[in-house]
Amino acid sequence: METLIDNWVLACRTSDIPENGGACVKLGDEQIAIFNFTRRGEWFATQNLCPHKQQMVLSRGMIGSTGASCEPKVACPFHKNTFSLLTGECLTNEELSIKTYSVRVEDGKVYINL
Amino acid sequence: MTKPTVIVVGNGMVGYKFCEKLVAKTPDYNIIVFGEEPRHAYDRVHLSEYFNGKTGDDLSMSARSWYEEQGIMLRLGDPIQEIDRRNKTVHSLLGVSIQYDYLILATGSSAFVPDIPGVEKEGVFVYRTIEDLDLIKAYAATARTGAVMGGGLLGLEAAKALIDLGIKDTHVIEFAPRLMPRQIDSAGSEMLSSKLKALGLNIHLNKSTSHIGGTNNIEALHFNDDTTLQVDMLVISAGIRPRDELAKLSGLETGTRGGIVVNDKMQTSDESIFAIGECALYEGMIYGLVAPGYEMADVVVSQLTGGSKLFYSFDMSTRLKLIGVDVASFGDAFITEPDCRTIVFEDTHKGIYKRINITTDGQYLLGGVLIGDADAYNMLLQTVNNKLVLPPNPEDLILGSRGGAESEGAGVMNLPDDALICSCEAVNKAAICSSVTDLGITGIEGIKKCTKAGTGCGGCVPLVKDLIAGTMKANGQYIKNVICEHFDYSRQELFDLIKINNVKNYDLALDHFGHGDGCEVCKPAVASILSSLWNDVIVKQDTIQDSNDRFLANIQKGGTYSVVPRIPGGEITPDKLIVIGQVAKRYNLYTKITGGQRIDMFGAHLNDLPAIWEELIEAGFESGHAYGKALRTVKSCVGSTWCRFGLHDSVSFAIEIEDRYKGIRAPHKLKGGVSGCIRECAEAKSKDFGIIATEKGWNLYVCGNGGSKPQHAELFAGDIDKETLVKYLDRFLMFYIKTAEPLSRTATWLNKMDGGLAYLKNVVINDSLDICKQLDEEMQALVNTYHCEWKEVIEDPDLRKRFSHFVNAPEEKDPSVQFEPMRDQVKATW
Repeated sequence: METLIDNWVLACRTSDIPENGGACVKLGDEQIAIFNFTRRGEWFATQNLCPHKQQMVLSRGMIGSTGASCEPKVACPFHKNTFSLLTGECLTNEELSIKTYSVRVEDGKVYINL
Repeated sequence: MTKPTVIVVGNGMVGYKFCEKLVAKTPDYNIIVFGEEPRHAYDRVHLSEYFNGKTGDDLSMSARSWYEEQGIMLRLGDPIQEIDRRNKTVHSLLGVSIQYDYLILATGSSAFVPDIPGVEKEGVFVYRTIEDLDLIKAYAATARTGAVMGGGLLGLEAAKALIDLGIKDTHVIEFAPRLMPRQIDSAGSEMLSSKLKALGLNIHLNKSTSHIGGTNNIEALHFNDDTTLQVDMLVISAGIRPRDELAKLSGLETGTRGGIVVNDKMQTSDESIFAIGECALYEGMIYGLVAPGYEMADVVVSQLTGGSKLFYSFDMSTRLKLIGVDVASFGDAFITEPDCRTIVFEDTHKGIYKRINITTDGQYLLGGVLIGDADAYNMLLQTVNNKLVLPPNPEDLILGSRGGAESEGAGVMNLPDDALICSCEAVNKAAICSSVTDLGITGIEGIKKCTKAGTGCGGCVPLVKDLIAGTMKANGQYIKNVICEHFDYSRQELFDLIKINNVKNYDLALDHFGHGDGCEVCKPAVASILSSLWNDVIVKQDTIQDSNDRFLANIQKGGTYSVVPRIPGGEITPDKLIVIGQVAKRYNLYTKITGGQRIDMFGAHLNDLPAIWEELIEAGFESGHAYGKALRTVKSCVGSTWCRFGLHDSVSFAIEIEDRYKGIRAPHKLKGGVSGCIRECAEAKSKDFGIIATEKGWNLYVCGNGGSKPQHAELFAGDIDKETLVKYLDRFLMFYIKTAEPLSRTATWLNKMDGGLAYLKNVVINDSLDICKQLDEEMQALVNTYHCEWKEVIEDPDLRKRFSHFVNAPEEKDPSVQFEPMRDQVKATW
């Protein structure tokens, strides 16, 4: 569900997130995984919790893409369930899904729309 | 307008399947189900798995909420007592009366209990429902000996259940001169008996029970030949009786030996009442298997929805595993010469019996029996059902083709499109192939989801897999074993490309040889190749590393990591032991000795890893690579330095070997072992390479495995000296590193290798490929470039910085990590 009121929050510097990988930031009590998809020149953010076994690990997962449309995805390091970085839908288990957030990058800073 | 009402009497597998098929086809009926049992429909075919830990819920055909979701009213524990056919109304035990437009009798069958004096005694059971199983389970707890009356299919299932319940002394009593007389021929029965006897089952044939002895509880079985068998409990499995009493009471036509008479529309003598499953009698026959029951349900659904499907006599071919023995019978299993020609293969050593019956002109397969090895069952059944013309040497069907390798799965592609692959769900070949071609499905799970094939008894799953592979191959989709959708190369091809082109990082490899953005399959595969080739510090490319390699530690439940320093050969000084203890205490780590003779420390926060390693390295430890697809440990026994049996110094050799290969990355993890004598205390033969001391030197064994598919390592070279052994080992490992598929252990690699061990010996010992010089150099280069990657990390502030949970609060640890106490240590709460 889209939020109607924007709530952009400064999350970290661009250099904090490894190229073609992710890292976790703490915003309030929330853990957000931010992915720097250098190869595509895109940034993504999702919840850090993998809903499969309730583990706070998605930011440590490998990212990549799948299918003809090159859907960007992240693989959970625990059991390799993969989630779309665009929709949050789980691509390997239709019962699971994760929250995704919009990301904006300005002046070397990463902002998340919570 | 109100919907017409369909009432289903009986909530067994077939009654359930009828509901499922009807609601899938039309929403136009109001469905009400009456069940006698307290549970909703469950899988009776796999009932014996209830004793292997499966619960009633696991066996359920659907969730309890399914009925409600489909708008079906389900009344359990409320059997129908009376059918008022004139007013088209049923009356239930609990006093419910409902009118029907159509009535479906799916009342199933009950166990037939012969009229033997004493059957009413305590400790005598039938084997039919989960409730029966609960009673058997409770009684078996105090029983030491048990017997099953009946050596048919269900009887042998029941015998397995008794064995699973811990009754070691289990007997099967069969009235006929052989087991499973309805399914298999006498030679097959004999083979089955001898196999089951070898597995510890006592089998008594030609035995007719005269009475059951005991006061209140059963104590013994007395037979007509004046012999007696002392038993604590008895399970009767002497056949089934159709539940036709309700039909009889309502004046419907029933057979003289039971069963509700139906026509080919499954209609009873009252055209608005149908009967399906084991209660139905079609052309004088009761069908006691689930697949024909499902077919009957399908026929009725077709009749109720304007279709014209009819029931024809159904194939009773069956395959099952009885107490670990494969048994199958298909087509006409009993036809004999001169009406056919028979080919029989018998191997009493392995307990295999195979018989096929073919037409006298050798053109077609009629049927057969398989005992001990029924892998060919699916294909043979298809050959019968589709009247496929036999090859010139029909014996190949049961012996396998000898000489000239035949490509796997080729046979299934020759089946006609309408060949029935899954008989439980009536799915044909065309439906499966078009799912692959049109919907792009490439795996068995996808096929299950969209066609339901393989979701019933599961027997067709191998055939479905072959069809998927065959169709993909025919479509040109999956011709070679490529790494993933991003690289159209096998690992070995990519290895060579990366080497020849001197590619040093993943992005370049993807640019040159791949496409797309990569994924979690190709990234670690390429990372492993890069490491095996150039042996650079892997965390410099941290985001292409697999979960554990990225942080050089094993991720555990709750998101913490475990730390394993290398302890070569399992030898450690008291001082180093103290350091491990101090570090574990300081960082609140749980400690455990591993299977590889080292010490694992669990529960480390990501943030603490560099500090922990700093202390360990300070004390002289190195990374143990427990997180990597790399050399793990070389386990050793104490050897000749202390052991009075030891021939040579196994510990020193193990340390030497472990130090030589430590840090080298491979397609999968590598484990080794060195034993100082034939007693093999290091269990070296369960490792990727095992070394065992002999009087004259050392024996080298390769490609063993523990794990889920244990396999002993095979003797590669005997009585060789250390130098020769290390030379062979260098080449063997390097050849594996270069040619194995991703995540393939040495055992799997060898099992798939054309020519097997002989070929491998030829390459490594005789240099048949002329590559040994190269292998030697490549291995030496890896040995020379060894580095402790943890040392690299703690000395590099940039690399060190990556070990934090929150990049915007590097000091803060993951607050979701929780521990709870256990035996004076901690464990993860999650």
